[in-house]
Parts: sequence; C-alpha cells; structure tokens
Amino acid sequence: MPVKTVYSVCGMCPVRCPIEVDIENGECRFIQGNRQVPSIGGALCTRGGAGIPFVRDDERPQFPMRRTGERGEGRWQQISWEEALALAAEKIADVRSRHGGRSVLWADTGGPFSDLRQAFVRGLGSPNYFSAESVQGINRQHAALSLFGFSDEKFVLDLKHAREVVLQARNLFESVHIQQANDLLDGLANGGRLSVIDTRATVTSGKADRFFLIRPGTDYALNMAVIHVLLKQKLYDAAYAEKWIADIEELDRLAAGFSPQAAAAETGIPAADIEALAQALAKAAPKVVWHPGWRTSRYTDSFFVCRTAFIINALLGAVGARGGLPLAARPEDLGQKGLNRFSDLFPAATEQRADGVGWKYPAFVGGPGLLHAALSVIPTGDPYPVKACITYQQDPLGELPDPEKLTTILAGLDFLACVTSAWSETAWHADLVLPLSPYLERESPIAQLDGIKPAFLLRRRCTAPRFDTRADWEIIGGLARRLGMESLAFASAEDLWKFQLNGTGVKLQDFDAKGIVDLTSQPNYGLLAEGFRFPTDSGKIEVVSFHWRRQGLPSLGPLAPRARPAAGTFRLTLGGCGLHDEGHTVNNPLLHRQMPENVLWLNQAAAAALGISDGETVAVAAQKSSGSGRIKVRLSKFIHPEAAFTVPGFGRTLPPESRALGRGLAANRLMPGGLDIWDLNGGGLALQEHMITVCKL
Amino acid sequence: MSKYLIRHDPQRCISCKACEVHCQVKNRTAAGVKPGALFTAGPDRLLDKVQVLSAFRPCFHCEKPWCVAVCPTGAMVKRAEDGLVHVVRSLCVGCRACVGACPWKIPQWDESTGRVVKCDGCFDRVTQGLHPACVAGCTTHALSFSRPNENVRKVRLLYAKSVLVEKKAD
Repeated sequence: MPVKTVYSVCGMCPVRCPIEVDIENGECRFIQGNRQVPSIGGALCTRGGAGIPFVRDDERPQFPMRRTGERGEGRWQQISWEEALALAAEKIADVRSRHGGRSVLWADTGGPFSDLRQAFVRGLGSPNYFSAESVQGINRQHAALSLFGFSDEKFVLDLKHAREVVLQARNLFESVHIQQANDLLDGLANGGRLSVIDTRATVTSGKADRFFLIRPGTDYALNMAVIHVLLKQKLYDAAYAEKWIADIEELDRLAAGFSPQAAAAETGIPAADIEALAQALAKAAPKVVWHPGWRTSRYTDSFFVCRTAFIINALLGAVGARGGLPLAARPEDLGQKGLNRFSDLFPAATEQRADGVGWKYPAFVGGPGLLHAALSVIPTGDPYPVKACITYQQDPLGELPDPEKLTTILAGLDFLACVTSAWSETAWHADLVLPLSPYLERESPIAQLDGIKPAFLLRRRCTAPRFDTRADWEIIGGLARRLGMESLAFASAEDLWKFQLNGTGVKLQDFDAKGIVDLTSQPNYGLLAEGFRFPTDSGKIEVVSFHWRRQGLPSLGPLAPRARPAAGTFRLTLGGCGLHDEGHTVNNPLLHRQMPENVLWLNQAAAAALGISDGETVAVAAQKSSGSGRIKVRLSKFIHPEAAFTVPGFGRTLPPESRALGRGLAANRLMPGGLDIWDLNGGGLALQEHMITVCKL
Repeated sequence: MSKYLIRHDPQRCISCKACEVHCQVKNRTAAGVKPGALFTAGPDRLLDKVQVLSAFRPCFHCEKPWCVAVCPTGAMVKRAEDGLVHVVRSLCVGCRACVGACPWKIPQWDESTGRVVKCDGCFDRVTQGLHPACVAGCTTHALSFSRPNENVRKVRLLYAKSVLVEKKAD
C-alpha cells in the first residue's frame, strides 16, 4: 500500500505543534513534526510521538455513555449519539428555561481551535466560558494586561536572537515547547547566554550559564532586587523608559526597599550574583528575554512575579524589540483579512459572569475567567444558580486543588457532561460522557496564529475513528441544531472551513502543500514605532496600573518575608515533565512505561535529617487536613531544602485505566482548601502555598 | 561498521526520550522493548556545572557483529550494501543467542512475539532516503544522521565556494 502523508496538528499538550503523519492501510504508521515548518524541522516531542499509541489504545471512552448509578460510582449505559445529544440538549434547555443561559458553565481548553465552542456558549446566552489558562496562566495574562493593556498573547518571545535569556520557574527543556526550545538552543549555540531561576536543578538549569537555586516563594523579592540594581546603577534604558514607561519614579520608590542584600537574605541568592545578573542583562539590552512564566498559578504574589518579569524586560528596552519581546502581528496588521469568527454570529452575553470577573473583581476584564471562583458559586447560588457544567478536554477534579471539596461542590449540579478523548477524574463523575475523537481522528476548525509570521493552521483528520467517537464540530453541531443555533451546525468539515476562510483570499487547497498557510513571506517583528500607544489609560506601560489602582488593588507590593517551614515540613512545589501532560497522558501505553508514577523530590540533607533515603516510600500529609498518601522519594543535592517537588496528574482512581490506576500520588489532594487560596490581585490559584509533612514509614 | 552514522549532540539533547518513543512507534514494538535507548543521569555536578547527562545507544552495526556470528538460523543479517545489521523476523526462533553474544546488549527480547527485535537503523526508511525514526523526530535535533557521500559533497561544496569567494576578492 502506498504511504500517504497528512499534515495536521498535534493535540497531546496545549502547545499544538504542526505535524505530518504517514498513513498506510488507513492506519497511522509514523508521526513527526512538520518538516516544512522551519522552526520545527520534523521535531516532535515525546508526548507527541506517543499520539499513535493513544489512538490504538482501547482504554478510552469508546461510545457515548450515560450514568446509571451514583456520580462517580462507575455504572454506565452505552447510548447512541442520537440519544446522547438529545439528552444533553434537553438538560441544557431545561436549566436554561429555569435559570437562564447564564446557569450553564463551560470549562474549555481554550486555544486556537476554540472559537466554535466559544460561539456555542455565546449562543446559549451564557457569559461563563473558561479556558485552561484560568488554571495555569491567568496571573501572567493579567500582569500583561495591567502593564500594557493587552494580554501576553500579543508578545512573541524571540529566544533565537536574544543575547540573554532568563527562565524563571519555566522548565522549558522538560515542559517542552518544541519551537521555543529549539530557538533557545540555536541562540545559545550562537553565543546567547541563559540564566535559570528555579527551586531545583533540572535539565534546563543544566544548560544554563548561571543557575540560581532560589528559596521557594521568594521570586518576587529577587525580581524587585534586579529592578533595584537596574535603577540605582542607571543600567536601564533611560531613553526607552522616558518614551514608553508611565511612572518610572514610582518604580524607583517601590524598589528602594529591595536592596540586593535584603533580597539575598530572603531568596538565598548572594547579593553579588543578583547585581552581576542585572549588569549582564543590561549589557545585552535590548536583546533580553526574561520569560514571564508558563504555569503561573503558584503563590499568592505570583501576579507581582509576572509583572516584575515584564517590567525588567521593559526597563531593558526589550518590550517591542527584536531579540526581546516583539509584538505579534495579526493578519489585519499586514492588510489581510483574518478568519471569520463563529463567535461573531452571536452577541456577547450581557449577564454578569458567575466568577465575578468584571464586577466583583472589576480589575479583570475578559481573559480566561476564574474557574475556581465560578465553581464556588454552585453551592451558594450567589449571584445566581449555576446548574449545568460542561467540560471540554478539561479535568477540574484532576487539576484543581482539593478534589474532595470539589466533588461535593459538583454534586450541586443538575447536569455535568464531559466532552473528552481520554478518561478523566471529572468524566468518571459525569452524568454524560461525549467521547471526542483523538486529534489524529478528528478535524478541527482552522486556527489563526498571530506572530512574526501570521499563518493559518489546519488540523486534518488522519484516520477514521476506531470507535464511536466524534469531532468537536460534530458534537457542537449536534447540540446547536437541537438548541436552535442552526448557524453552528455544519454538514461537513469542509463547510466549516469554508465559512472561516470566506473572503480571506486563502483557499482550502492552499493547505495541501504543507498544512499551514503563511500570510506573509517576510518576518514581521512588531517593534515600537513613533506614534504607538499602549492600550492603557496613559498610553504607556504602567508600572502602577491606573486600572488596578481604580479598583483598589496594588500593582506591586512591599518586601514580605516568608516564614520558613518547620522541620519535617516542606513547601509543595509543582512542575511539568517531558513525558506527561498533567493527567491527560498518564495512561498512555508508551508514556506510562516511560514514567509510570510520580516521585517526590527532596533535598538529600533535609531527608537525611528525617532518616529518609533515596527511593524509599514515605508518607506525606497535608497540614490541617486528612489529605495524605504515600509516594517514593527521589533525593537530590540540588533542590532547595524547603521544597518538595512533584509532577501533578498522577494517583488516578479510574478503573478503566488499568495502567495509571493507583500509580503515584495526586498532588492536588495535598491542597486542602486550595480552591479559596489564590492571588487576589492576579486571579490565579496559589498551588504552591501548601505545606506538607513527610514521614518515614 | 555501517556506512551511516547517528550522532548524538549532548549540548542539544534534553534527555526527553522522544528518540525512544519515535523508534518504538515506527517499529511497533511492545512498550517495554527499546531498540534505541537514551540513558540519562543526574542532575549531578560535572566540572563546575550541575547537569543532566545523556547518552544515546542505538545499534553500533559492528564490522564483525557477534550477534550475526552466533545466530543459528541466519536470522541476524548484515546488509552487504550498507552494513546495517538486522533481524529477518521469519527466521528468528527466539533462542536469544544474539542477546547473550552482543557485548552492548543491543538486541531486545520481545516476549509478546517470542522473537528478538533489534535496531536496524530503520533501513526501510534509509532506503527511501529518509532518516531513522529517532533522528527524524528528535525534539531538539540533537540526533543527526549522516550518509558518507552526502557529507563529503557538502564539505566539498563549501570548500569550493570559499575558493571562489577568495578568487572574487582577488
């Protein structure tokens, strides 16, 4: 049989890299990165490589299922798609007729394929759409919003041309973003330098020229000290600041309390090293990238950490500079028409959001939403009842803190449905499982990628579904048709794509050559030019956001020393790894084999003081709660003694996942009350504000 | 040795093990069978730096492969044209003599089929002008594959160009 190559888009993690897949006899034979995309050049990470085993695996939802027992009991009845869609539509219509469309909450992945789903939620008349950034990156988004007036999605990190890169709690070479990882390696090979700030040594820190082992929870003090040095030693770009920063004097006043010596006492990083870092960055300016972080839901001051990262970039003139953080171009910036949006078919909901965004928390405008705050509305019904929840490839019970409490919260719903391609803790608790075809077996709406070279990206179906699963456009279409939203129901993927492309000048066959259509041949580095205005009140970068101040919220804070954990107690710290994407991949046959369970990283000396040796299984417990479990330890000399690190997503409880079942420990179970512990200034959960005790068994 | 060379650049390697997974997927191996394997250690202090170390171990495709010599059924074969050593599956009886004979323990026992699986340099892909799966999909292009003549041609071309540039400058 001849081998056919299909260009598509990976779906194993939120990065969504372009791929090419060899198909033979209707089966995927080999998968790699798209060789025609220069920044990818065929590369595909470990998770992406395991996409074919995911499709071949039988341990995923194979047909629509309706719950017959209690929630979470695992008693299911197989039903047809006709019945499933009718049931979902009926439940949604029922909730809508009793409480209004606002009573339906939709927890989505977000990202470049989400427009159709957002349109559906709009069509329901609900303002309550949430993206995964709500759990991961909301502090970063709000930090950018408060400084620049737009979200950080507007920035490109030009890691390839930067001369100095700082990765702060961003383990880029383990939580891999293929293009960024390669750009950075290219930059380093060309003489660029890397500094890594983390609570433990990683693959990423191993590639660094400078590694700062920081005391967990003190990143803000470090960043402010760097700002202090940049200002006091006049190392910053004064001309840039004069032109683009609204209130540099205010920053000077705030940073005064953060001498390198004061920061050293707090962070454990020597004052001389802090000064040397600031000086090195200044020398490389404006070709500097201080990474604003990926997973930023860490501490109650993570919003400040993200803001100071952006401020350092701004002080060095890197914001809007090549080799720094140029602005992403949209098709419209190049005089071209962008994709037609499904969301434009419906007016935005006018109701207040359940999570309080825009009214209870007036600083936050738009953005990914506060999923934790919205879920907390379910038991109270304040400001209004939230009675239906639909998740799309999201697993609140597996990802949000305190799943015990969340289970009781979800019990207050009249209807919980999950659109998902793999099992998840939430799907197991659902009333209805709508099985999504894995990404290799489904088409997605066309994605518009803004950037240095804006492009349209197409996810084509590689093979027919092995089981009775459907693509998202089919599921949305089926629901939309039953709920009176005919305009979102498309007869075929081609019709869907044609709607998006109409008037753009790009045709469907333009994707045949390489799966991606570049809207320009020349790179377009969005630089700050004369006449540019940031969409803030002042038109400039606001160190102290006018908008935040109006709402009575601080933009930055004073030095707040952190208490040190007692003996035998550690701060729980989290991070991704190269082999898994949260819990979505723990049951993948090949990835499970690579990493069947998580371990708890502890400092060797700190563990020795407790009589714990490497590889031993220990008991861990959350403070002031019943959350506890057992986990193997991995001892390292190069992790901060106050930190206990693990990879989240393990400790699964789902019987249909034979491989992942019971392996490792679910980190979110060690976060009692965690739904209410968050950064009020930035909106992000504070997942690393939890202490655990570790005991020898 | 075979005519080809797979090089591993530890400066670019991020120890992600995508090479192992791409190999397993392409060769449809059982989950525990790894024809090509990446070994990692650390983080540990090496000289003045704390790093994670890695080494990639596909088959060496030895000049005089002991696995071929010891195979009683002729299932282990060295291709005459390029020196790639591979298993002819239909001839393998699963005696595992090759596993014992190989000084590097490259051949892998697949208990699901009762046969041996070994890195064959993805000779089917190489024949089509493609790179082996591990190289083709390597996350950071830390693995590279060279065909002797390609490399020679590239170097010769670069040299010729430099001479021409010199001449032009004269």
